[in-house]
Amino acid sequence: MVGREVSGAHYGLRDWLAQRVTAVIMAAYTLIILVAIAGLPRTMDYWQWKLLWQAPVINYATVLFIASLLFHAWIGMRNIFMDYIKSPGLRLMLYVLTIGALLLYAFWSIQILWSL
Amino acid sequence: MARPRPKYLNLLQIRLPVPGLISIMHRASGAALFLFIPVLLTLFELSLESSQTFLRFKAVFSHWAFKLVLIGLVWAYLHHLFAGIRHLALDLHYGSELPAARATSWIVLVGAIVLTAIITVKIW
Repeated sequence: MVGREVSGAHYGLRDWLAQRVTAVIMAAYTLIILVAIAGLPRTMDYWQWKLLWQAPVINYATVLFIASLLFHAWIGMRNIFMDYIKSPGLRLMLYVLTIGALLLYAFWSIQILWSL
Repeated sequence: MARPRPKYLNLLQIRLPVPGLISIMHRASGAALFLFIPVLLTLFELSLESSQTFLRFKAVFSHWAFKLVLIGLVWAYLHHLFAGIRHLALDLHYGSELPAARATSWIVLVGAIVLTAIITVKIW
């Protein structure tokens, strides 16, 4: 019999890399948005706040940040479930719930950011 | 023949080294941040929907109970971020010797707490 390596579905390296790329994107965004928010007046009103998120650079950077966040959260949560949830059925259910929630958050964020 | 190794997994009695503590806190803070995504999105939406909802957002934001939650989240975010940066350095083989690994763990642990304390003073 041919010895087969049990090595999963080859998503290991891809996800390992994705976790790091999304992390770097989020770290850079964190710095940018902190500087942008620090530049706001102390007693800002609604319109100044809205203008910040309407600015194309911030708007698209935020979309990229949220996309990175959701992908990053998926890999992280899946790893946690893989480590602690022994029952395959329950694990699958948690995967589906997590993916569902993250997709919902994706549509929700886009709706917030692109209806400004 | 393999000797049966003693299993000793009493979580209350294991003395986890600092890098191990940083590691499990990285995981716990990540899970906590994931669970709070809907709360943060709700508030983000509230702040941008209209000038009326913006005022409600401001009211929520200045409530002490929300501030406590926010400070917890700020700490989770900073710890996760700093431990993540340390992880990226380890991936590139920087600081993987024991003394350096311990020192950077302390920096992550203390750095996140100190920065959270500074932010707490700022927003309170």
